[in-house]
Amino acid sequence: MPAEATPVAPADAPSDELDLVSRARAGDGAAFSLLIDRYEGRIFRLAMNITQNREDAEDVLQEAFLKAYEHLDQFQGNSKFYTWIVRIAVNQALMKLRKRKSDRTISLDEQIDTGEDMVVREVAAWDPDPEERYSREEMNGILTEAIDGLLPIYRTVFTLRDVDGLSTEETAEALDLSVPAVKSRLLRARLQLRDKLTRFFKRKGDDAFAYM
Amino acid sequence: MLTCKQFLSELTDYLDEKTSTELREKLQRHITECPNCWVVCDTTKKTIQVYKGMQSCSIPEDVHARLMAAVERKIADCGKPK
Repeated sequence: MPAEATPVAPADAPSDELDLVSRARAGDGAAFSLLIDRYEGRIFRLAMNITQNREDAEDVLQEAFLKAYEHLDQFQGNSKFYTWIVRIAVNQALMKLRKRKSDRTISLDEQIDTGEDMVVREVAAWDPDPEERYSREEMNGILTEAIDGLLPIYRTVFTLRDVDGLSTEETAEALDLSVPAVKSRLLRARLQLRDKLTRFFKRKGDDAFAYM
Repeated sequence: MLTCKQFLSELTDYLDEKTSTELREKLQRHITECPNCWVVCDTTKKTIQVYKGMQSCSIPEDVHARLMAAVERKIADCGKPK
Protein backbone atom coordinates (compact mmCIF):
# COMPACT_ATOMS: atom_id res chain seq x y z
CA MET A 1 0.00 0.00 0.00
CA PRO A 2 1.45 3.45 -0.80
CA ALA A 3 2.63 5.53 2.13
CA GLU A 4 0.04 8.11 3.13
CA ALA A 5 -0.77 10.36 6.05
CA THR A 6 -2.35 8.49 8.95
CA PRO A 7 -6.03 9.40 8.95
CA VAL A 8 -7.51 10.80 12.12
CA ALA A 9 -10.73 9.07 13.10
CA PRO A 10 -13.72 11.21 14.10
CA ALA A 11 -13.67 11.86 17.84
CA ASP A 12 -16.69 9.68 18.63
CA ALA A 13 -15.81 6.73 16.37
CA PRO A 14 -14.91 3.57 18.33
CA SER A 15 -11.19 3.81 19.00
CA ASP A 16 -10.32 0.45 17.45
CA GLU A 17 -12.22 1.11 14.22
CA LEU A 18 -9.33 2.30 12.08
CA ASP A 19 -7.26 -0.60 13.32
CA LEU A 20 -10.00 -3.09 12.36
CA VAL A 21 -10.33 -1.52 8.92
CA SER A 22 -6.60 -1.60 8.22
CA ARG A 23 -6.38 -5.24 9.39
CA ALA A 24 -9.34 -6.13 7.16
CA ARG A 25 -7.66 -4.28 4.30
CA ALA A 26 -4.61 -6.48 4.79
CA GLY A 27 -6.83 -9.54 4.35
CA ASP A 28 -7.72 -10.28 8.01
CA GLY A 29 -11.21 -11.78 7.71
CA ALA A 30 -11.66 -11.90 11.49
CA ALA A 31 -11.24 -8.11 11.70
CA PHE A 32 -13.87 -7.65 9.00
CA SER A 33 -16.20 -10.01 10.89
CA LEU A 34 -15.89 -7.79 13.95
CA LEU A 35 -16.97 -4.78 11.86
CA ILE A 36 -19.93 -6.83 10.60
CA ASP A 37 -20.95 -7.82 14.15
CA ARG A 38 -20.87 -4.19 15.16
CA TYR A 39 -23.01 -2.77 12.35
CA GLU A 40 -25.08 -5.53 10.70
CA GLY A 41 -28.14 -4.97 12.92
CA ARG A 42 -28.31 -1.28 12.16
CA ILE A 43 -27.66 -1.77 8.45
CA PHE A 44 -30.39 -4.42 8.27
CA ARG A 45 -32.84 -2.10 10.06
CA LEU A 46 -31.92 0.73 7.68
CA ALA A 47 -32.44 -1.55 4.67
CA MET A 48 -35.83 -2.64 6.06
CA ASN A 49 -36.71 1.02 6.60
CA ILE A 50 -36.09 1.85 2.96
CA THR A 51 -37.19 -1.28 1.11
CA GLN A 52 -39.92 -2.40 3.55
CA ASN A 53 -39.29 -5.93 2.35
CA ARG A 54 -37.30 -8.54 4.27
CA GLU A 55 -35.87 -10.29 1.23
CA ASP A 56 -34.71 -7.04 -0.36
CA ALA A 57 -33.31 -5.87 2.97
CA GLU A 58 -31.26 -9.05 3.28
CA ASP A 59 -29.89 -8.56 -0.25
CA VAL A 60 -29.02 -4.96 0.59
CA LEU A 61 -27.26 -6.06 3.77
CA GLN A 62 -25.12 -8.59 1.91
CA GLU A 63 -24.37 -6.30 -1.03
CA ALA A 64 -23.40 -3.45 1.31
CA PHE A 65 -20.86 -5.52 3.26
CA LEU A 66 -19.48 -7.23 0.14
CA LYS A 67 -19.04 -3.88 -1.60
CA ALA A 68 -17.51 -2.40 1.52
CA TYR A 69 -14.97 -5.25 1.61
CA GLU A 70 -14.20 -4.85 -2.07
CA HIS A 71 -13.66 -1.09 -1.78
CA LEU A 72 -12.09 -0.85 1.66
CA ASP A 73 -9.21 1.11 0.13
CA GLN A 74 -11.66 3.92 -0.59
CA PHE A 75 -12.54 4.35 3.08
CA GLN A 76 -10.55 7.38 4.08
CA GLY A 77 -10.91 7.09 7.82
CA ASN A 78 -11.90 10.70 8.29
CA SER A 79 -15.55 9.75 8.63
CA LYS A 80 -16.96 6.91 10.71
CA PHE A 81 -16.99 3.48 9.10
CA TYR A 82 -20.71 3.36 9.90
CA THR A 83 -21.42 6.58 7.93
CA TRP A 84 -19.47 5.16 5.01
CA ILE A 85 -21.27 1.84 4.94
CA VAL A 86 -24.67 3.50 5.44
CA ARG A 87 -24.02 5.40 2.24
CA ILE A 88 -23.26 2.18 0.36
CA ALA A 89 -26.34 0.48 1.85
CA VAL A 90 -28.63 3.41 0.97
CA ASN A 91 -27.44 3.29 -2.65
CA GLN A 92 -28.03 -0.46 -2.82
CA ALA A 93 -31.49 -0.06 -1.29
CA LEU A 94 -32.43 2.65 -3.77
CA MET A 95 -31.30 0.43 -6.63
CA LYS A 96 -33.66 -2.25 -5.33
CA LEU A 97 -36.53 0.21 -5.31
CA ARG A 98 -35.66 1.33 -8.83
CA LYS A 99 -35.70 -2.26 -10.03
CA ARG A 100 -39.07 -2.77 -8.42
CA LYS A 101 -40.49 0.28 -10.21
CA SER A 102 -38.39 -0.09 -13.32
CA ASP A 103 -39.55 2.93 -15.27
CA ARG A 104 -39.04 5.51 -12.56
CA THR A 105 -36.02 7.20 -11.09
CA ILE A 106 -36.27 7.05 -7.37
CA SER A 107 -34.48 9.01 -4.75
CA LEU A 108 -35.00 8.82 -1.04
CA ASP A 109 -35.99 12.43 -1.23
CA GLU A 110 -38.75 12.02 -3.75
CA GLN A 111 -41.71 12.67 -1.53
CA ILE A 112 -41.86 16.42 -1.38
CA ASP A 113 -43.37 17.84 1.75
CA THR A 114 -46.64 19.59 1.36
CA GLY A 115 -46.55 21.24 4.75
CA GLU A 116 -49.48 19.15 5.93
CA ASP A 117 -47.14 16.75 7.65
CA MET A 118 -46.06 19.51 10.00
CA VAL A 119 -49.50 19.94 11.48
CA VAL A 120 -49.70 19.22 15.18
CA ARG A 121 -52.93 17.41 15.89
CA GLU A 122 -52.56 16.04 19.38
CA VAL A 123 -51.67 18.43 22.16
CA ALA A 124 -51.80 16.77 25.54
CA ALA A 125 -49.25 16.33 28.29
CA TRP A 126 -47.89 12.81 28.71
CA ASP A 127 -47.85 10.59 31.73
CA PRO A 128 -44.64 11.25 33.63
CA ASP A 129 -43.59 7.63 33.04
CA PRO A 130 -45.33 6.17 30.00
CA GLU A 131 -42.92 3.22 30.20
CA GLU A 132 -44.65 2.11 33.41
CA ARG A 133 -48.04 1.82 31.76
CA TYR A 134 -46.84 -0.69 29.17
CA SER A 135 -44.72 -3.83 29.21
CA ARG A 136 -41.43 -3.78 27.33
CA GLU A 137 -43.00 -5.76 24.44
CA GLU A 138 -46.01 -3.47 24.26
CA MET A 139 -43.72 -0.45 24.34
CA ASN A 140 -41.57 -1.83 21.52
CA GLY A 141 -44.72 -2.62 19.55
CA ILE A 142 -46.02 0.95 19.94
CA LEU A 143 -42.69 2.53 18.98
CA THR A 144 -42.19 0.23 15.99
CA GLU A 145 -45.70 0.76 14.68
CA ALA A 146 -45.36 4.53 14.98
CA ILE A 147 -42.04 4.62 13.14
CA ASP A 148 -43.29 2.20 10.46
CA GLY A 149 -46.11 4.65 9.73
CA LEU A 150 -43.66 7.35 8.56
CA LEU A 151 -42.57 7.86 4.96
CA PRO A 152 -39.23 6.10 4.28
CA ILE A 153 -37.26 9.36 4.10
CA TYR A 154 -38.52 10.52 7.52
CA ARG A 155 -38.02 7.09 9.04
CA THR A 156 -34.48 6.87 7.72
CA VAL A 157 -33.45 10.35 8.84
CA PHE A 158 -35.00 9.86 12.28
CA THR A 159 -33.38 6.45 12.77
CA LEU A 160 -29.91 7.62 11.78
CA ARG A 161 -30.09 10.87 13.69
CA ASP A 162 -32.07 10.12 16.84
CA VAL A 163 -31.78 6.34 17.30
CA ASP A 164 -28.28 5.65 15.96
CA GLY A 165 -26.99 9.01 17.19
CA LEU A 166 -25.29 10.27 14.02
CA SER A 167 -24.86 14.05 13.86
CA THR A 168 -26.95 16.09 11.42
CA GLU A 169 -23.86 16.49 9.22
CA GLU A 170 -23.10 12.75 9.23
CA THR A 171 -26.73 11.95 8.41
CA ALA A 172 -26.57 14.42 5.51
CA GLU A 173 -23.35 12.81 4.27
CA ALA A 174 -24.72 9.27 4.59
CA LEU A 175 -27.95 10.07 2.76
CA ASP A 176 -26.47 12.52 0.27
CA LEU A 177 -28.84 15.24 1.44
CA SER A 178 -28.10 18.84 2.38
CA VAL A 179 -27.98 19.74 6.08
CA PRO A 180 -31.15 21.92 5.81
CA ALA A 181 -32.93 18.99 4.09
CA VAL A 182 -31.97 16.67 6.97
CA LYS A 183 -33.15 19.22 9.52
CA SER A 184 -36.49 19.74 7.86
CA ARG A 185 -37.10 16.01 7.54
CA LEU A 186 -36.02 15.39 11.09
CA LEU A 187 -38.45 18.01 12.37
CA ARG A 188 -41.31 16.45 10.44
CA ALA A 189 -40.38 12.96 11.60
CA ARG A 190 -40.18 14.03 15.23
CA LEU A 191 -43.50 15.87 15.10
CA GLN A 192 -45.30 13.02 13.40
CA LEU A 193 -43.96 10.48 15.89
CA ARG A 194 -44.85 12.78 18.78
CA ASP A 195 -48.37 12.98 17.42
CA LYS A 196 -48.70 9.21 17.09
CA LEU A 197 -47.22 8.51 20.53
CA THR A 198 -49.40 11.11 22.25
CA ARG A 199 -52.40 8.94 21.45
CA PHE A 200 -50.89 6.24 23.67
CA PHE A 201 -49.04 8.22 26.29
CA LYS A 202 -51.26 11.18 27.07
CA ARG A 203 -52.19 11.71 30.67
CA LYS A 204 -55.59 10.26 31.45
CA GLY A 205 -58.25 12.93 31.47
CA ASP A 206 -56.38 15.22 29.09
CA ASP A 207 -58.13 15.61 25.79
CA ALA A 208 -56.53 16.72 22.61
CA PHE A 209 -57.49 20.18 21.50
CA ALA A 210 -56.93 22.04 18.28
CA TYR A 211 -53.59 23.64 17.76
CA MET A 212 -52.69 26.35 15.30
CA MET B 1 -43.13 37.58 20.25
CA LEU B 2 -42.61 34.61 17.96
CA THR B 3 -45.63 32.97 16.41
CA CYS B 4 -46.32 29.30 17.14
CA LYS B 5 -45.40 28.47 13.56
CA GLN B 6 -42.02 30.18 13.93
CA PHE B 7 -41.47 28.35 17.21
CA LEU B 8 -42.26 25.03 15.59
CA SER B 9 -39.89 25.61 12.68
CA GLU B 10 -37.03 26.14 15.15
CA LEU B 11 -37.97 23.24 17.41
CA THR B 12 -35.38 20.79 16.09
CA ASP B 13 -32.49 23.23 16.54
CA TYR B 14 -33.86 24.23 19.93
CA LEU B 15 -34.00 20.64 21.18
CA ASP B 16 -30.55 19.94 19.75
CA GLU B 17 -29.24 23.14 21.38
CA LYS B 18 -28.05 24.47 18.04
CA THR B 19 -29.64 27.92 18.11
CA SER B 20 -27.94 31.23 18.86
CA THR B 21 -28.31 32.49 22.43
CA GLU B 22 -30.55 35.29 21.21
CA LEU B 23 -32.93 32.96 19.40
CA ARG B 24 -32.88 30.50 22.29
CA GLU B 25 -34.07 33.24 24.64
CA LYS B 26 -36.89 34.14 22.27
CA LEU B 27 -37.94 30.49 22.02
CA GLN B 28 -37.83 30.07 25.78
CA ARG B 29 -39.94 33.19 26.23
CA HIS B 30 -42.45 31.77 23.75
CA ILE B 31 -42.94 28.51 25.65
CA THR B 32 -43.36 30.22 28.97
CA GLU B 33 -46.23 32.18 27.45
CA CYS B 34 -47.75 29.52 25.18
CA PRO B 35 -48.92 26.35 26.95
CA ASN B 36 -49.60 24.51 23.68
CA CYS B 37 -46.06 25.00 22.42
CA TRP B 38 -44.71 24.04 25.82
CA VAL B 39 -46.56 20.73 25.59
CA VAL B 40 -45.42 20.13 22.01
CA CYS B 41 -41.83 20.88 22.96
CA ASP B 42 -41.92 18.70 26.07
CA THR B 43 -43.56 15.72 24.36
CA THR B 44 -41.23 15.97 21.34
CA LYS B 45 -38.29 15.83 23.74
CA LYS B 46 -39.84 12.74 25.37
CA THR B 47 -40.45 11.18 21.95
CA ILE B 48 -36.73 11.39 21.21
CA GLN B 49 -35.92 9.97 24.64
CA VAL B 50 -38.16 6.92 24.34
CA TYR B 51 -36.64 6.03 20.97
CA LYS B 52 -33.14 6.47 22.33
CA GLY B 53 -34.03 3.93 25.01
CA MET B 54 -35.26 1.42 22.42
CA GLN B 55 -33.39 -1.88 22.48
CA SER B 56 -30.66 -2.09 19.90
CA CYS B 57 -31.84 -3.90 16.84
CA SER B 58 -30.97 -7.52 16.53
CA ILE B 59 -30.60 -9.35 13.28
CA PRO B 60 -32.35 -12.68 12.63
CA GLU B 61 -29.98 -15.66 13.05
CA ASP B 62 -30.52 -16.99 9.53
CA VAL B 63 -29.87 -13.56 7.97
CA HIS B 64 -26.64 -13.26 9.95
CA ALA B 65 -25.54 -16.77 8.93
CA ARG B 66 -26.14 -16.12 5.23
CA LEU B 67 -24.29 -12.80 5.42
CA MET B 68 -21.25 -14.43 7.03
CA ALA B 69 -21.28 -17.23 4.43
CA ALA B 70 -21.41 -14.68 1.59
CA VAL B 71 -18.53 -12.69 3.07
CA GLU B 72 -16.44 -15.82 3.61
CA ARG B 73 -17.00 -16.81 -0.03
CA LYS B 74 -15.95 -13.34 -1.13
CA ILE B 75 -12.77 -13.45 0.94
CA ALA B 76 -11.95 -16.93 -0.36
CA ASP B 77 -12.58 -15.84 -3.96
CA CYS B 78 -10.66 -12.62 -4.05
CA GLY B 79 -8.43 -12.69 -0.98
CA LYS B 80 -7.36 -9.23 0.06
CA PRO B 81 -9.65 -6.35 -0.82
CA LYS B 82 -8.38 -4.07 -3.60
